[in-house]
Amino acid sequence: MSAPTLVDFAEVVERFDPVLGLEVHVELSTNSKMFCGCPTDFGAEPNTQVCPVCLGLPGSLPVVNRAAVESAMRIGLALNCTIAPWGRFARKNYFYPDMPKNFQTSQYDEPIAVNGWLDVPLDDGSTVRVEIERAHMEEDTGKSLHVGGATGRIHGAEYSLLDYNRAGVPLIEIVTKMIPGTRERAPEVARAYVTALRDLLRALDVSDVRMDQGSLRCDVNLSLSPRDSGVLGTRSETKNVNSLRSVERAVRYEMTRQAGVLLAGEKVVQETRHFDEATGTTRAGRRKETSEDYRYFPEPDLVPIAPPAEWVEELRTTLPELPWARRARVKAEWGLSDPELRDLVNAGALDLIAETVAAGAPPADARSWWVSYLAQQANVRGVELVGLPITPAQVARVIELVASGELTNKLARQVVDGVLDGEGSPDEVVERRGLKVVSDEGALVAAVDEALAAQPDIAAKIRGGKVAAAGAIVGAVMKATKGQADAKRVRELVIERCS
Amino acid sequence: MDLTRLSAAQLAEKIHSREVSAVEAAQAHLDRIAEVDGTVHAFLHVATEAALASAALVDAGLDAGAPPASPLAGVPLALKDVFTTADMPTTCGSKILEGWRPPYDATVTSRLRAAGITILGKTNMDEFAMGSSTEHSAYGPTRNPWDTGRIPGGSGGGSAAVLAAFEAPLAIGTDTGGSIRQPAAMTGTVGVKPTYGGVSRYGLVACASSLDQGGPCTRTVLDAALLHEVIAGHDPLDSTSIDAPVPAVVEAARAGAAGDLGGVRVGVVRELGGEGYQPGVERAYRAAVERLEKLGAEVVEVSCPHFQYGLAAYYLILPSEVSSNLARFDAMRYGLRVDAGASAEEVMALTREAGFGPEVKRRIILGTYALSSGYYDAYYGQAQKVRTLISRDFAAAFEQADVLVSPTAPTTAFRIGDKVDDPLAMYLNDLATIPTNLAGTAAMSVPCGLAEEDGLPVGLQIMAPALGEAQMYRVGAAYEAARDADDDLPLIQRVPTLEVSR
Repeated sequence: MSAPTLVDFAEVVERFDPVLGLEVHVELSTNSKMFCGCPTDFGAEPNTQVCPVCLGLPGSLPVVNRAAVESAMRIGLALNCTIAPWGRFARKNYFYPDMPKNFQTSQYDEPIAVNGWLDVPLDDGSTVRVEIERAHMEEDTGKSLHVGGATGRIHGAEYSLLDYNRAGVPLIEIVTKMIPGTRERAPEVARAYVTALRDLLRALDVSDVRMDQGSLRCDVNLSLSPRDSGVLGTRSETKNVNSLRSVERAVRYEMTRQAGVLLAGEKVVQETRHFDEATGTTRAGRRKETSEDYRYFPEPDLVPIAPPAEWVEELRTTLPELPWARRARVKAEWGLSDPELRDLVNAGALDLIAETVAAGAPPADARSWWVSYLAQQANVRGVELVGLPITPAQVARVIELVASGELTNKLARQVVDGVLDGEGSPDEVVERRGLKVVSDEGALVAAVDEALAAQPDIAAKIRGGKVAAAGAIVGAVMKATKGQADAKRVRELVIERCS
Repeated sequence: MDLTRLSAAQLAEKIHSREVSAVEAAQAHLDRIAEVDGTVHAFLHVATEAALASAALVDAGLDAGAPPASPLAGVPLALKDVFTTADMPTTCGSKILEGWRPPYDATVTSRLRAAGITILGKTNMDEFAMGSSTEHSAYGPTRNPWDTGRIPGGSGGGSAAVLAAFEAPLAIGTDTGGSIRQPAAMTGTVGVKPTYGGVSRYGLVACASSLDQGGPCTRTVLDAALLHEVIAGHDPLDSTSIDAPVPAVVEAARAGAAGDLGGVRVGVVRELGGEGYQPGVERAYRAAVERLEKLGAEVVEVSCPHFQYGLAAYYLILPSEVSSNLARFDAMRYGLRVDAGASAEEVMALTREAGFGPEVKRRIILGTYALSSGYYDAYYGQAQKVRTLISRDFAAAFEQADVLVSPTAPTTAFRIGDKVDDPLAMYLNDLATIPTNLAGTAAMSVPCGLAEEDGLPVGLQIMAPALGEAQMYRVGAAYEAARDADDDLPLIQRVPTLEVSR
């Protein structure tokens, strides 16, 4: 197949209107799977989190996880959707080895949440309203690992390994309505939408929302209409878009590729395409027109979901503060300017700082830690700030230890390093590494006396009134205590002992 | 004393009074199986050691003075090979599951074990419960003890034949369109399809999820009631299980046996009977209705006009669910694997081609077609509407009557081979039993004599509203007592002597 002709982005925008559609799959962080009691931990040994139900063994039956339904409703409510008073699961029938029953239990024409919207903040401070068509519940499939062959895909592989740990993990699929009118901002809007959705889901505490681990997955639908024609084009569906940056790149690439096809007088093929992270391009996958007939029908092994109105209202009134509301609030409370706020948001620091403040830290300290030392560490480790293995509560504890004088700033950074290296909580790291400030006065006095005895000439100078000379003794004491003494207190002691 | 000729209730009494040990009871039935099952072929698996070990445990408990775990503790039972058992293979009568040992027990299996019931083994059935003769078992047909040239009904022919052959006093069947009741009618035994959701389906390998229901197969109505109370009741592992008290069916059966049906309204369903019904079946049934009237019941005629569409609706809903339920048999995780293919898809296709029999394939194809895009509304959608209409027919009829009656099946047992190549003729045998499954209500079959023309048993079907089993058992027990009082020998004891292999 010849390489596609790509059209310059500016020309694409001049001649076509892009129409976006985004489908996001979110793995819920419930303790157990959608239809059985198996745990959902990421990264467990293959096939250790399975039972007759999620393995689809003959005779086994599903039972709906109430916590998953509750998460789905909270997501729906936070997206301003209507919660369906009655709805059934359906079976989506197709054969694939990583699907134990060869059907996926999903919601088809009776989704739990419909007709909502999300106001998505853009970089310039404006917002764009993205209409939500539906959010529905379904179960995840297992994972296939295709061994041998060139592509890592099932065709051409020598053999395949199957891991069913993920089979039956609760998923919510959130589908937007068509998003027209974004023009040259289409790539940015797509990225901003997924970012806003991720922040929302994190605030709801319903998912790990880790794109790198697949707990948030995005399919990008895109078509081009001739500019101002209002005539819808044929869309492609791009999968395997595994980072926020990739969302943006995938949209941009598809715009330039489809424009090339159209300007050559050809037709865009309705198909599934795969995004290639390395090249930033998409390649054709399964053709939609030959796709299977899923033979949906209502799942007879489950009873309909009919959440009582009181339950829905209770969930509505107990929704947490949503990210944009929180932003407006902290901006006022911390006296931030628009650019300052945006920097914090862009760095992914704002929510973390807010949570650190919520855990008891002064806003200035919280901000300082996240935008300087922790930002550096995230950079060094090549992860996003939120991906650092330290919680806002832990950062707040470190700040508290400094404020109480138990840690110096230098020691505090070592404590944070320990937490990041997986050595435990801040208190555990302090304990294990022996990092506490030496506050035992007896030990300090002994160290001061020893240093004075070792440098009698300096001791004499101090006694003679040259207080400035005390620095040398303080330095010696700090060295002897491996930096774990409070330098200010040492200085006081030196002068005390010499007077 | 021949322990195999006793009812379960009688045998339990002897075991609990220590006149007989549970091991002796198990051994007597194992001996009988060894004698006759070569001829009958009701069992696919006999678990001799496990049965004796389980019986020994019951004996140990009783000897130590503990009360019996249930009124049926120590009584042997044969389990349809469609319920999972962690200590025995589970094949569903299919090659595709040959040798499969499930890692878990069905809820019904666990409840039987907890009740101290001795599980003798697993019984033969039409493959995945699809059929009305047990000829569609991949392991060969079961023979009717009344005439070994004839079928014992199906799909649960094995669970009915063990009773008529005195290989077990109790069995468990499943009823999707009549698979408990029609074999009961064919073998002169009692079979009950409980209300949908009354008995857990967890571990019952699905045929059609919205229709399947496990239930008791016995030789007496009281035995059925005793077994019903062991296996019924809410199960959190089955979402469709009813969270309500189990109807007091044992009490109802005991009360019914006293023989008074005063104040009970019995509805004769106009549409179930007449044309297409064997004259001897029709006559035995009419005589049964007269007997109910003599017992004091008020007999009224009711009309269920939509029952005539039941069969057609059933053969759309059932295959649709089957096509999806049986998709999991793909050689990837368990069961048969034909490994000649180059790809996973080829292995799946070759395995399913080799592992499924013709009737299963027929229904998978029918169901796949009925659910296809563009046909769904015309087939599956319309069938669901018929289902609603049939439920309404039942609701209206139950306004006029406490229970409804009909012949269980239009004919007596037919000859092996007679209908195996004519699926429609085979399907028609379930005409009278299917409406109950579509509506999710309860029904039972009680033997009501022998047909004049062939001397084979006829079944009386008694139907009740959802969770209305108590009234059904009362009527069944009253009828049974009156029938036996008029005869010198209870019907089931008239089974001809089987040729014994020694």
